[in-house]
Amino acid sequence: VLCFVIVTMGLRATAFLLQTYLILAAAMYFDLGEQEEKCIIEEIPEDMLVTGYFLLEPWDVKAFSHSPHLGVTVTIRDPNHEVVTTKRYGKFGKVTFTAHASGQHYLCFQTNSTRFSVFAKERLKLHLDVQMGEHAIDRNTDKTQDNMEILENSLSHLIDQMMYIIRQQEYQREKEETFREISEDTNSKVLWWAVVQTSILLSVGFWQMKRLKDFFIAKKLV
Amino acid sequence: VFRMYGSPRVLLQVLWAQLLCGWVLGSELTFELPDNAKQCFYEDIIIGTKCTLEFQVVTGGHYDVDCRLEDPDGTTLYKEMKKQYDSFTFTAAKNGTYKFCFSNEFSTFTHKTVYFDFQVGDDPPLFPNENRVTALTQMESACVSIHEALKSVIDYQTHFRLREAQGRSRAEDLNTRVAFWSIGEAIILLVVSISQVVLLRSFFSDKKTTTTRVGS
Repeated sequence: VLCFVIVTMGLRATAFLLQTYLILAAAMYFDLGEQEEKCIIEEIPEDMLVTGYFLLEPWDVKAFSHSPHLGVTVTIRDPNHEVVTTKRYGKFGKVTFTAHASGQHYLCFQTNSTRFSVFAKERLKLHLDVQMGEHAIDRNTDKTQDNMEILENSLSHLIDQMMYIIRQQEYQREKEETFREISEDTNSKVLWWAVVQTSILLSVGFWQMKRLKDFFIAKKLV
Repeated sequence: VFRMYGSPRVLLQVLWAQLLCGWVLGSELTFELPDNAKQCFYEDIIIGTKCTLEFQVVTGGHYDVDCRLEDPDGTTLYKEMKKQYDSFTFTAAKNGTYKFCFSNEFSTFTHKTVYFDFQVGDDPPLFPNENRVTALTQMESACVSIHEALKSVIDYQTHFRLREAQGRSRAEDLNTRVAFWSIGEAIILLVVSISQVVLLRSFFSDKKTTTTRVGS
């Protein structure tokens, strides 16, 4: 597999993929049952590119007698719970998407491994790494670069960090405005309903007194 | 048969160096924890690495969750019940798989959204030290301090975002509760006052046709 990958994609891309694989293999993982879907929530502003790397492995590598085809179905939902993309991948892959609406996006992972019928309750582990922004941290430092190039790379990395911060802060302003609108709406609702309830109380009180007075007069009790 | 072009030796050196550095991994995730559920995360950590686990409950109920962190032998390093926000730093004393779990088993019907950030090791230096013969130039150290400052800005920004999400969640709850209870109270008010009048009138109705019923 590795030879084929190197030939088709070139050395640099292969190295990057291998690095990502190694990074992911040591990364945090969580358990995923067969056909179980687990979602993570990411707060993403509009027009931001999100890259997710994942790796699916059997829970107990030694106990697996045969190697089934492990696969992952990745479903991405936008803040309105509509599906943005749904795609099947092998056990190691990268999923990218650009958010079209600001808000909470749901990245859901579900295994659809074949040949699982014998080991019905097998657990799998899913390694996950989600990065936001166009320029993910480029760990592929080339030794043959001179200092100026390294400096330029670092500066462009810093600029990307700052653009990310600015984008997040703009998004934060939008959300804070929504928050303020909700609070002001609650404030006016409290005032309005208090007035309505007081007026209902007064008017019903008057109505009660009037009806009872008429009633008692009619019944000649007063 | 394939031909490797470029400098494979250098590339392998870079990969090996990065593996030796105790590769940094900071994972932050937001996930939804249904009621009566427990979700665990695992990570393989090398001995001697300094790790930090930080979590915060963003939405749901009383905004609290149980958290437990265990080392590879099962010893509990950190256990807190019903915490809203906490941060825990430790140095890995053993090699192996560390496990941390969030539990919402005490809650019967509210599901919670939990954010956590698990930092393992330190970040890689901006300027790699492997072939360094001189100290960092002024420009490079300026870059390094900008990088550190930006990292803390991103960190504070995340905390601010979570607090704002928490506040907004409470505000939305308050809004719906105010609307619901206000309408409910107005209806109750009307119903009670009308039925008061009807009941009083019924006490004084004619006794010829109906027998008085003593209300219990």
